[in-house]
Amino acid sequence: MSKIISLISGIIFGVGLAISNMINPAKVLGFLNFFGQWDPSLIFVMIGAILISAPFFFLFRNKNKPLFAEIFSIPKIKTVDSKLIVGSSLFGVGWGLVGFCPGPAIASLALANGYAIFFLISMFGGFFLVRAVNYK
Amino acid sequence: MNIINFTPAPAFVGGVIIGLAVVVFFIGNGRLAGISSIVNNLLTSKQDRGDNFLFLIGLVVGPIIFSFSTTNEIPFFMTNSLPLIVIGGLLVGIGTKVAGGCTSGHGICGIARSSLRSVIATVLFMVTAILTVAIIGIK
Repeated sequence: MSKIISLISGIIFGVGLAISNMINPAKVLGFLNFFGQWDPSLIFVMIGAILISAPFFFLFRNKNKPLFAEIFSIPKIKTVDSKLIVGSSLFGVGWGLVGFCPGPAIASLALANGYAIFFLISMFGGFFLVRAVNYK
Repeated sequence: MNIINFTPAPAFVGGVIIGLAVVVFFIGNGRLAGISSIVNNLLTSKQDRGDNFLFLIGLVVGPIIFSFSTTNEIPFFMTNSLPLIVIGGLLVGIGTKVAGGCTSGHGICGIARSSLRSVIATVLFMVTAILTVAIIGIK
């Protein structure tokens, strides 16, 4: 059952990215062009997603287990460390250069765009680079 | 600042649908729908391999299903500068891996869980992204 839930969650997420057009780097760059011709749409996507999900995170905060798995897998780390700060800042620069973050980059495989595939390969390269140097 | 191309209704509806996906994945499987973490787990761990793979397959199938429901093509435009794409991809990969999350993991799930780490991460990547666009422009 957990596999079906995973597939369905992914499909719903992908539909949301398509409807909001966040799958489109030009749309995202419109949001990031805050000091130019600004498109505030992305903030409405985040508000919609957070408004729906926040009450469920709150309601389930003391539950022992989810419906179809043994445990809730939630990050235990609470401290704000240099990794969080350095990583987020670097991610933002890459996001601003192309307009892609990981979700839309993967979802865009649906559109079979060659440049998007180059982006994905580079992103995977970034993952492996961090793993190879074991940055702590 | 001029406001252009603003589409609040589809943005909000799309956001609500993304939130629904986050809820289903969380109450069903107890997991956070942070895409960079799901990809990383799939690439580096045997644990939940099937779940991670199927979630990402769904992420690609979702837009295909949506495209059948509309006569218009999904608008899509990105740079064709390979250096920009490679550097951007590397930075997104390195940054999200080091920070332990991306727009979905920190920006949506983390903020919805009122995680201080995620609020700080989200402010930081938005600021550096906006500054990047302000400095180099949109290619």
